[in-house]
Amino acid sequence: MSRLNEESLRIANEIIDRYPIKKSALIPLLHLAQEQEGWVSDGAMNHIAEILEITPAEVLGTCSFYEMFKRSPVGEYQLNICHGISCHLLGAENLLHHAEETLEIKEGETTEDGKFSLEGVECIAACTEAPCLQVNYRYQNKVTASYFNQLVQEIRDENRSEIPKHGSLAKVRQSIPNERLAGIEPVEHAQQPEWLNRNGKNS
Amino acid sequence: MVKSEREKLMTFPLITTSRWEIEDAHIIDRYVETEGYKALTKALTMTPAEVHEEVKKASLLGRGGAGFPAGVKWGFLPENVWPRYLVVNGDESEPGTYKDRILLERDPHQLIEGCLITCYALGLSQCFLYVRGEMAHGQERIANALNEAYEAGYIGKNILGTEFSVDIILHWGAGAYIVGEETALIESLEGNRGMPRLKPPFFPASIGLYGKPTIVNNVETLSNVPWIVLHGGEEFSKIGSEQSTGTRIFAVSGHVNNPGVFEVEFGTTTFRDLIMGDNYGQGIRNGNKMKAFIPGGASAPWFFEEHLDVPLEKSTVDQAGSMLGSGAIVVMDETTDIVRACHNVVRFFSRESCGKCAPCREGTNWLEKILQRIIDGNGRDDDLELLLDVCDNISPGITWPPKQTTICPLGPSAVSPISSAIKRYRNEFEAYISQSSTGTPVGIQGGIL
Repeated sequence: MSRLNEESLRIANEIIDRYPIKKSALIPLLHLAQEQEGWVSDGAMNHIAEILEITPAEVLGTCSFYEMFKRSPVGEYQLNICHGISCHLLGAENLLHHAEETLEIKEGETTEDGKFSLEGVECIAACTEAPCLQVNYRYQNKVTASYFNQLVQEIRDENRSEIPKHGSLAKVRQSIPNERLAGIEPVEHAQQPEWLNRNGKNS
Repeated sequence: MVKSEREKLMTFPLITTSRWEIEDAHIIDRYVETEGYKALTKALTMTPAEVHEEVKKASLLGRGGAGFPAGVKWGFLPENVWPRYLVVNGDESEPGTYKDRILLERDPHQLIEGCLITCYALGLSQCFLYVRGEMAHGQERIANALNEAYEAGYIGKNILGTEFSVDIILHWGAGAYIVGEETALIESLEGNRGMPRLKPPFFPASIGLYGKPTIVNNVETLSNVPWIVLHGGEEFSKIGSEQSTGTRIFAVSGHVNNPGVFEVEFGTTTFRDLIMGDNYGQGIRNGNKMKAFIPGGASAPWFFEEHLDVPLEKSTVDQAGSMLGSGAIVVMDETTDIVRACHNVVRFFSRESCGKCAPCREGTNWLEKILQRIIDGNGRDDDLELLLDVCDNISPGITWPPKQTTICPLGPSAVSPISSAIKRYRNEFEAYISQSSTGTPVGIQGGIL
């Protein structure tokens, strides 16, 4: 039931400052919480409510709408097997069954050692690479049964260091140098931007 | 700019994918070397109104799904209401669709340049770039590109030394197809559940993000803007057909020999070219016959062999009873189990229904369950009529273009695969049902109705 730690809080404040209205930072902050713990705990949600000055119910309301947010612990590696139409046509179901047998869990479950969670997911936009899957949102294309086994083994052997633990999304964050910031117009009583009347020649 | 091997074969210039074969085009130096940020520099020597005019002349149709002319959408902004926002729709998740992700990964600066020019032309004071949550690599590429462009003075305060100032903020989604609908996208960006807003009367251009005028454009749409400014709207409108100008990116997937993502001339290329052509899909696998194909993403009614010569032209495809939608062609060969394919697409809409409107929330669930029981061997004699009846409740008359009892088109989209599949392959559904173990409804058998 932990709150955002100091580092997450620092990033959170940077993110909040980019929006005219604080609540817009809610989804990015939920991602931060998930990055910190691998899932989104009630403690983290309550903390986010405090930070954004909204109710915990509002945070839960948003959090529970989006599939990527896990409100209970999941495996370190989330295996999302695409079962969209293009993958379906090229054997997604077989791949999912194979994964269930290999990992000895059903879709929606986590292995006993807490290493893998398995899900069948909707189209992940790699349709020409069917059947495909994502491990912690990293693509694996044209996945065969033997490649799946190899992937699982490599992760178990800690040979896939390019794939971060569940919760981390992009390894690169946006960072805006203060002196380069254009700044935020107030939502109410803003003025027309001055450049709109320029003639283009006087620059 | 040196033309690639692929480009030499083309009878039209590549507009959005010209840098896809350059390994490091996502790095700012390489982008600038390949004419990058030239359009922005040029735009800043023009008045904002002149830039807007060029895009209008181009007749650029929105590339997200609805195909609304971008220049016209831009014109809907009310006068003298400030601030105004640009929201970039990068929540690509229509099954079969696969272009915005590649544009984000391979040419992020092109998109950024398109956003900057759009903000300049329309007086938009902030831009939010909404990228689908599952696209971790795309987010990295775009974050890196934004950081580079800020450092180099292309984004932020006093861009290229002028009084033009705008921030571009990268925002992540978290897994919800419906957020690709523009008002749901705005809700999500405000930190809410991604449920569409009722429209009309108010469209985002007048009341959008934070209740302020907002332009929502798709990634591919905005990626066209630099070319239009650099070469002129008129030059752009000479490519393609009269009403569908420029080029479009199509993803061809399913049972073809060479699945891929291809930029083609809009309006003149046909489905046959894309599916069978040597430069594109290279025909159906194993020499099989075609059973059906989806012409524009999972929401689109299916086409069949007789539609192969329809050109990829918005109005022609609309008249033929479907849509180009998000540029996703999914090919099914003769080995396809049509009932299972139909169930697959319907299950998608059932899972992704946001739950706001009853006909969609309940209806798509019913449709999915009825199809599931047919597949499981428990289909009932009247199940096809029941399916069509539920469809009719979501989309009265099951017509094209669809009528809807819902706020957004997600519900009616679940009707497309069912009406297409039953119309053409009713016998396959009946075959499942005739082998069913329960001929009469279970409810009646059990005495409960």
